[in-house]
Amino acid sequence: MDAIPGKLIAVEGLDGSGKSTQIHLLHQWLRGLGCKVFFSEWNSSEMVKGATRKGKKKQLLTPTTFSLIHATDFADRYERQILPMLKGGYIVLCDRYMFTAFARDGVRGCDPAWLRELYGFVRKPDITYYFRLPLETALGRILEGRPQLKFFEAGMDIGLSADIFESFRLFQGKVKEHYDRLADEYGFTVVDATLRIPEQQAVVRRIFQERIDLARFRQRVQQ
Amino acid sequence: MKKQCYGNPPPGVKLENLRGALIVIEGADSSGRSTQIAELSEWLEQKGYAVARSGLTRSILVGSDLDKAKEGNVLSPRTMSLFYATDFYDQLENSIIPALRAGYIVLADRYIYTLIARDSIRGGNPGWLDSLYSQALMPNAVFFLMTSTRNLMERTLSTHYRLDYWESGMDLGLSRDWYESFILYQRRLRTEFKKLQQRYGFEMINANRSVSAIQKELRARVDIVLERVYQRA
Repeated sequence: MDAIPGKLIAVEGLDGSGKSTQIHLLHQWLRGLGCKVFFSEWNSSEMVKGATRKGKKKQLLTPTTFSLIHATDFADRYERQILPMLKGGYIVLCDRYMFTAFARDGVRGCDPAWLRELYGFVRKPDITYYFRLPLETALGRILEGRPQLKFFEAGMDIGLSADIFESFRLFQGKVKEHYDRLADEYGFTVVDATLRIPEQQAVVRRIFQERIDLARFRQRVQQ
Repeated sequence: MKKQCYGNPPPGVKLENLRGALIVIEGADSSGRSTQIAELSEWLEQKGYAVARSGLTRSILVGSDLDKAKEGNVLSPRTMSLFYATDFYDQLENSIIPALRAGYIVLADRYIYTLIARDSIRGGNPGWLDSLYSQALMPNAVFFLMTSTRNLMERTLSTHYRLDYWESGMDLGLSRDWYESFILYQRRLRTEFKKLQQRYGFEMINANRSVSAIQKELRARVDIVLERVYQRA
């Protein structure tokens, strides 16, 4: 396999951990520096969006099909965009990566070995930022700001509780346990997500500069 | 006789009390699968068995999206293969297993083997594919309709008056000539199926014969399966 000149950066964390805000700020910074950078979001591929929406709306999904439909979506994005961009020498920023599947699908009872094999074709990120915070803090941010919880988001499909808020709490708690284990297994870079936003961003940028030679990604001509 | 999966069953799926029988008919397009299944189905119902049918791209979840994707020819092989896997497991969990639990005979028009064979030809990693489909239920029998490439070609042309893009393997760039590509592609499929036969143990049926001769052999073999599955009842 030929060497890949790009760099792959992923952010992971619970809903309400602030990871999307942080990767947005990282993206803005890199653009400001004139770097070749590309941003990609979990669950956003056009081709399979329809099926995902249908399955979620009609609550047709089992743990296995839930997992597979997300893997399909990811594979489409990975092979069409992420990998070519990496080969083309871009910094690729991913808001959620395969670890989201490992955590969520793991909670849903999917076999960890099966999941890892399923995503076996995927490159490991050069940096995986894990925005860690206490469960109660994450729950507080979500339940305060956005009380309309969705069925699968709250893990209602696995029957933890008939109450959607209680189900969400329990589900997120289990997701956090999985993330904390994955952090060791895959060597995540842990960021304290209880810090204030600019403080976190300073940490993110400092680590980025330590690990990645930014000069290599500067575009010759500013866009 | 408790049913088994090739590996661990899908999470949340109980394999107890699957009292029916899962019978798979495999074979290339135009090998006569659907005709044979229609006749088997009618014969079984005459005998008093309830029959359910399943096939590829028929899931409620992604069946129609998959058909659309095939027309567009824009998805990578891996995306297609995961899309097919989603379709397969949706049907396995939401129709095949419930039907078996209700004591039906499920006649499956193709199963994971076609999916694995197609993908292997397109460079799919065998270990990855085996793992992907490891949660599939082991059928009670798999009958593979073996047809010579010449016969397949003749039947395809006389039925459809044209060759299908996918069944000719045109995405592989084996040849710009459709006729030639069809022959090269079907040969490769045969080689893959032979490998799969050794791994998964199909019963091979010579399908270079009349519809009624094939049907007769299938019925005799299905009778043996039924004796095994339904004798305890």
